Amino acid sequence: MSVYVDENTKVIVQGITGHQGSFHAGEMIKFGTKVVAGISPGKGGTKFQDRVPIVNSVADAMSFSPDATMISVAAPFVKDAAYEAIDAGIGIVYILTEHVPFHDTMEIVHQARRKGITVMGPNGPGITIPGKCKIGIMPNQIFKDGDVAVASRSGTLTYEIVEAITRSGLGESAVIGLGGDPVVGLTFIDVLKKFNDDPKTNKIVLVGEIGGNNEELAAAYIKANIKKQVVAYITGRSAPPGKRMGHAGAIIEKGVGTAESKIKAFNEAGVKVADYPVDVPKLLR
Amino acid sequence: MNLYEYMGKEIFRKNGIPVPDGYVIDSVSQLKPFKKPSVVKSQILLGGRGKSGGIKFARSDADLKAAATDLLGSKIRNLAVTKVLIEDMLNIKKELYVSIALSRADREPVLIASNSGGVEIEAVPQNEIFTKKIDPLLGYSDFIGREASAFMKLDPDIAKQFRSLLVNLYNVFVNEDCELVEINPLVITGEGNLIAADAKVIMDSDSFFRHKDIVITDPEKTPLELEAQGKGYAFVELDGKIGVIANGAGLTMATLDALTLHNGKPRNFLDLGGTDNVDIVVEAFDLVLKANPRAILVNIFGGVTKCDTVANGIVAAKNKFAIKKPMVVRLSGVHEEEGRQILKDNGIESYPTMMEAIERVVKVSEVQ
Repeated sequence: MSVYVDENTKVIVQGITGHQGSFHAGEMIKFGTKVVAGISPGKGGTKFQDRVPIVNSVADAMSFSPDATMISVAAPFVKDAAYEAIDAGIGIVYILTEHVPFHDTMEIVHQARRKGITVMGPNGPGITIPGKCKIGIMPNQIFKDGDVAVASRSGTLTYEIVEAITRSGLGESAVIGLGGDPVVGLTFIDVLKKFNDDPKTNKIVLVGEIGGNNEELAAAYIKANIKKQVVAYITGRSAPPGKRMGHAGAIIEKGVGTAESKIKAFNEAGVKVADYPVDVPKLLR
Repeated sequence: MNLYEYMGKEIFRKNGIPVPDGYVIDSVSQLKPFKKPSVVKSQILLGGRGKSGGIKFARSDADLKAAATDLLGSKIRNLAVTKVLIEDMLNIKKELYVSIALSRADREPVLIASNSGGVEIEAVPQNEIFTKKIDPLLGYSDFIGREASAFMKLDPDIAKQFRSLLVNLYNVFVNEDCELVEINPLVITGEGNLIAADAKVIMDSDSFFRHKDIVITDPEKTPLELEAQGKGYAFVELDGKIGVIANGAGLTMATLDALTLHNGKPRNFLDLGGTDNVDIVVEAFDLVLKANPRAILVNIFGGVTKCDTVANGIVAAKNKFAIKKPMVVRLSGVHEEEGRQILKDNGIESYPTMMEAIERVVKVSEVQ
């Protein structure tokens, strides 16, 4: 198994007939992901793109033995959809949706934790293992198989950095988006453990941003536990305090969550921090 | 979204948390006749209002009128006072602190309480602060209140009131989708009552679909930011001169950072989001132009957002608003070539990399 998923991972899509769900399910299939079923209550018995069976509920989809689900339903319905997946015992629950109330996410994360289920997102681009599996919305064409693992709190900025890595001649072993919300399923430490255990990964890139202390905790963990090279980029250096910069989680509150604090923590842990996204591959040995 | 004190107290009152009797006014003509000693409190979102002159005391009708007249329409540390809250003055015996906040790292609520209230909690020594994480699936339970009361060495009667207050405070935190509910100070009065003298409530704006009763005009947003919010854009006004449109919050922030590192000052943050709609681009230009920047930078990494769609949007905006200001565009990713050709045919500069576009826009904004 590579990081969280691989070429054998069977994926279902909750909300496969929606605007986002159908587009990204189609892109995932083009990428080579094993999309085994889609869920759309009331549309059971039909097919997505003439090939993927559509069923009415996650329970109905369990006959396809899914390992992971992508949830692409409107924010008010995310908690119910996630509970449905957690109740069915699907191992990886990835939530694409933005603007999920964080109280809902807290409950989802705690329910999942009790059952040993991994939650990715909400409001993140998902996970991609080049050549093997993509769950989420990252553009298919920017990846190249390689040994750099990337974890990030944002979407487009991740693509910018992944493309820079690919252009530099390096490639990626795994790319994971944690999500831009104040409460998300995965921390940098969770994915660092996975990256550290992954034999294919030799170098690690963390893309952080203002808000919270996820980066500071990661820096301390790296210093104590990670031997592989880690490079970082932090965005929001120029952001004024108290303002939410697009992501619900990107806010400096009471002096906590500044870019300076994160950069300082990484520097102290021996992690080089790039000034510009395009500089990230230059820092990778 | 931060709520004003009077809004927070309304929520407290509805949920059985004792607050002083009072009323809010936005004009001196709404003042009621003086009855008892009162506190006149500016409704602004600023920690340490009192020290900045935002809170006045009235012991007579003349005092009350003078205080309300002074405060209404004034500016305190650059924040306009449009409303004041007039409350009965409390007979303060002791001040406590209590809050429930989201701990982002733990992904659960945390209760914080202290016997030392009335000052910022950051200034209270760690060994005087009670902290307890609350499992959101278990919720609040009275054992937490017992632990807190024991830690704070509260008298039995006050402890009883405190535990009942905690039940209500946790209900507010959950039912109103709060990021923070803070009472500082929580006053023990000479009469032996526990009363919330202040209220700081931060609600999660993503939860507003289930709080339709709440006024959702964010007091901290500028008129242009509110207009943008109404149209579905993440938009922040800044004080520089380069207008910015980018896609994705992270990339937009990175664009502002790169501009700043190049001594270019951004006028705004605008995240176009994932879109394949020309009108959304045109509308974004409308917002940025209203901020009156000297030059405009568009930074797009195409994926779901196609570069040719954005290019068509830029051309449409240029024509619609007769834009004469210099524009610099970076297009990379899906349909990049088509997009750059459209721009070239319409006399708009574009670059394939972010750094080239940043350098160029800083240069043209200086010339202007």
